[in-house]
Amino acid sequence: MDRLAYDVVVVGGGGAGLRAAIAAAEAEPKLTIGLLSKVYPMRSHTVSAEGGTAAVMRDYDSFELHALDTIKGSDYLADQDAVEYFVAHCPEEIVQLDHWGCPWSRDDDGKIQQRAFGGMSVKRTCFAADKVGFHMLHTLFQTSMKYPQIVRHDEWFATDIIVENGVAAGVVAIDIRRGELSYVNAKAVVLATGGSGRVYEFTTNGFIKTGDGMALAYRAGVPLKDMEMVQFHPTCLPGTGILITEAARGEGGYLINKDGERFMKNYLPSKMELGPRDILSRSEIQEIRAGRGFEGPHGAYVGLDLRHLGEKAIDERLPMVRELAEKYLGLDPIHEPIPVRPGQHYIMGGVATNLRGETNVPGLYAVGETACVSINGANRLGSNSLSECLVFGKSTGLAAAAYAKKRDWPRGTAAKEHLAKEETRIFGGLMTREVGKESVAAIRTEMQQIMERDVGIFRDEKGLTDACAKLATLRQRFANVGVTDKDRVFNTELQQALELDFMLDVAQAIAWSALNRRESRGAHSRTDYASRDDANYLKHSLAYRTDRAPRIDYLPVTITKWQPQERKY
Amino acid sequence: MAEPKRVVFRVRRYQPQGTKGPYYQEYTVPYRDDEVVLDGLNYIKDHLDPTLTFRWSCRMGICGSCGMDVNGKPKLTCGTFIRDASAGGVVQVDPLTSFNSIKDLVTDFDPFMEHFLHVKPWLIREKEKPLSEGEYLQYPEDLAAFRQQSLCINCTLCMAACPVFQGDDGFIGPASLAMALRYIRDTRDQGAEERFQRISTSHGIWECTFVGECSVVCPKEVDPAGAIQTLKLMATTRRMKKLLMPKSAPR
Repeated sequence: MDRLAYDVVVVGGGGAGLRAAIAAAEAEPKLTIGLLSKVYPMRSHTVSAEGGTAAVMRDYDSFELHALDTIKGSDYLADQDAVEYFVAHCPEEIVQLDHWGCPWSRDDDGKIQQRAFGGMSVKRTCFAADKVGFHMLHTLFQTSMKYPQIVRHDEWFATDIIVENGVAAGVVAIDIRRGELSYVNAKAVVLATGGSGRVYEFTTNGFIKTGDGMALAYRAGVPLKDMEMVQFHPTCLPGTGILITEAARGEGGYLINKDGERFMKNYLPSKMELGPRDILSRSEIQEIRAGRGFEGPHGAYVGLDLRHLGEKAIDERLPMVRELAEKYLGLDPIHEPIPVRPGQHYIMGGVATNLRGETNVPGLYAVGETACVSINGANRLGSNSLSECLVFGKSTGLAAAAYAKKRDWPRGTAAKEHLAKEETRIFGGLMTREVGKESVAAIRTEMQQIMERDVGIFRDEKGLTDACAKLATLRQRFANVGVTDKDRVFNTELQQALELDFMLDVAQAIAWSALNRRESRGAHSRTDYASRDDANYLKHSLAYRTDRAPRIDYLPVTITKWQPQERKY
Repeated sequence: MAEPKRVVFRVRRYQPQGTKGPYYQEYTVPYRDDEVVLDGLNYIKDHLDPTLTFRWSCRMGICGSCGMDVNGKPKLTCGTFIRDASAGGVVQVDPLTSFNSIKDLVTDFDPFMEHFLHVKPWLIREKEKPLSEGEYLQYPEDLAAFRQQSLCINCTLCMAACPVFQGDDGFIGPASLAMALRYIRDTRDQGAEERFQRISTSHGIWECTFVGECSVVCPKEVDPAGAIQTLKLMATTRRMKKLLMPKSAPR
């Protein structure tokens, strides 16, 4: 089997991809939908999301307020039309998930419960204990099995987007198990492969988040938007990067320094531990640099103190936090504070799309962390990303289905050319290359260290210039990477090489976008340009791929009714 | 930081396109006390032998993809510390038993997916309530009734540990049967009849001999053995009710 055809092909089986596939299947039951995922869908990284998913569900709340919190949190870089669409559609997605069986945590009156989250001014976050991503993903995956027209290709890795006469016409992918390339013709292609946190050394992201969809679109001529906006989460376990959910603070947890002091009172007294993630992450680093952190085997850290919440509340609402602390640190948060430090968590930027997931290549769509709609701007509020996967997963699935319905089948000539090209690049080139000159692991580690050091929480001109130069060198060195494993079946070494190739593209887009944004806004914190500069930078960065450095262009931010103001809490 | 300790990883290798049959290969791996078996495997892949093949993703015990036999017991390798597994001086890693090996430590997952699909793991309703009318009310105690089974991460350690599944790969198995109970006990679901028809069979709940190993190895305390016994009891009660009171038979 070296050729397949579906009306819609979805690449990625996490929250956004599954939601898109189900939306397409429900709207147009006669369409066939191919769902390609490089892992079994329930292994997707959505599974790791812990704290919750935001929606206006109570009388005390309003769309206006959710929108304002999101826009303010974004440091005014979010597109306000996208935010308005988003907040208006969140509640129905929460109810939809309930109708599909999601085990939401409940109030005594039987309604879906809500909790506090950083940057949200009221209790707006729905949750299923602290395994929200897990329950959401399994609910979507299991629901997707109801639809026979959704045909899954588990453990297939997409390497190229087929473009025919300027229009998307499918993908080329490796069936990992067989080690064979196929082309999958499609009338519409949806990219939903998640983020690219693995370009950083210290990240909460699973091993699989290597920016595949971002790089695929980028190579097909789609710009990557706002890539410099990289979120660091303030509470990650030192060493492993395992995430301790923001819900721990939402439920009343404190951040403390080595003197036992709640140091956020010196940085953000009005919000304390419930401030947005960019401010908390920077505060922690400043506290550590001032010599008030704890010292541990993995460097300095601060404490997340839950002791005052008591055993009952921790077990009911934060069971996974206790489980993770006990398992990975050998400590019980009922009795001891949890060591935490900031770690890379989320990419606000991504494939530039509109509200329907459309890109500048007709027939090509992107959604979820892969995409930049954009509602997150320069800083995403916790619990908006799962909602984003649902709301825009649906809108994108509907748009792709409607487009596929009225379009003719691609001719297939382009598909054959793309397949031949990929066969030569991968199995003729990479796989046969002489071994020993460069290894995947060495280049990957160097890239991750460059990103961590110079494109991390604090940035400046010198570091960014250096990072851009070094990444260009790594790009050249990649040409000498060889693959030791010559067995085609389940060749994870080959897959890691292809993922690294993608990650290098994404890392360059991040570094160049960061170098060119000479201001500080949200997560993008330039020590040499400390303040926000609306006169010059109230606009989205667009990175276009070239044979050399990315070309950076800009796009205005859409403002509807919230005029940019200084971001004060 | 102190000098890392060292341990020997004895790993079962198998390459379908190679000429040698399955064999064991040994690697010396440095480790710290906070490192897990998966860290050791990644050390081998990055520094000693890039051909070593295994699955992993989240490395925080929730995605369910890194299950392997460690010293002969099914484990999530991301949750098994080298310090604990190396008591005998050697950490032996094998693919999960009961499944065919595709390559090295990667097993064939298809048998699980087939059995999983068989129990219809989705909410079944006779009539959907419109979204505009809001959520189905569900009280905290309703949620508590199926919460335990809803925690299954599909890691299949339970199936690897199940002697019945080892003897008969047609047995639906502990993970999928626990999932059947998860939906049967959900107050929003109306698919109990369909599911009981599919699981009250000789390849379903009645094939379980209640060895209980599935619950011993489960990393998420889903207790599939307990779930299967509950299903047996429920199936028997339903049958009795049908016999004695055919008109009020449960739907």
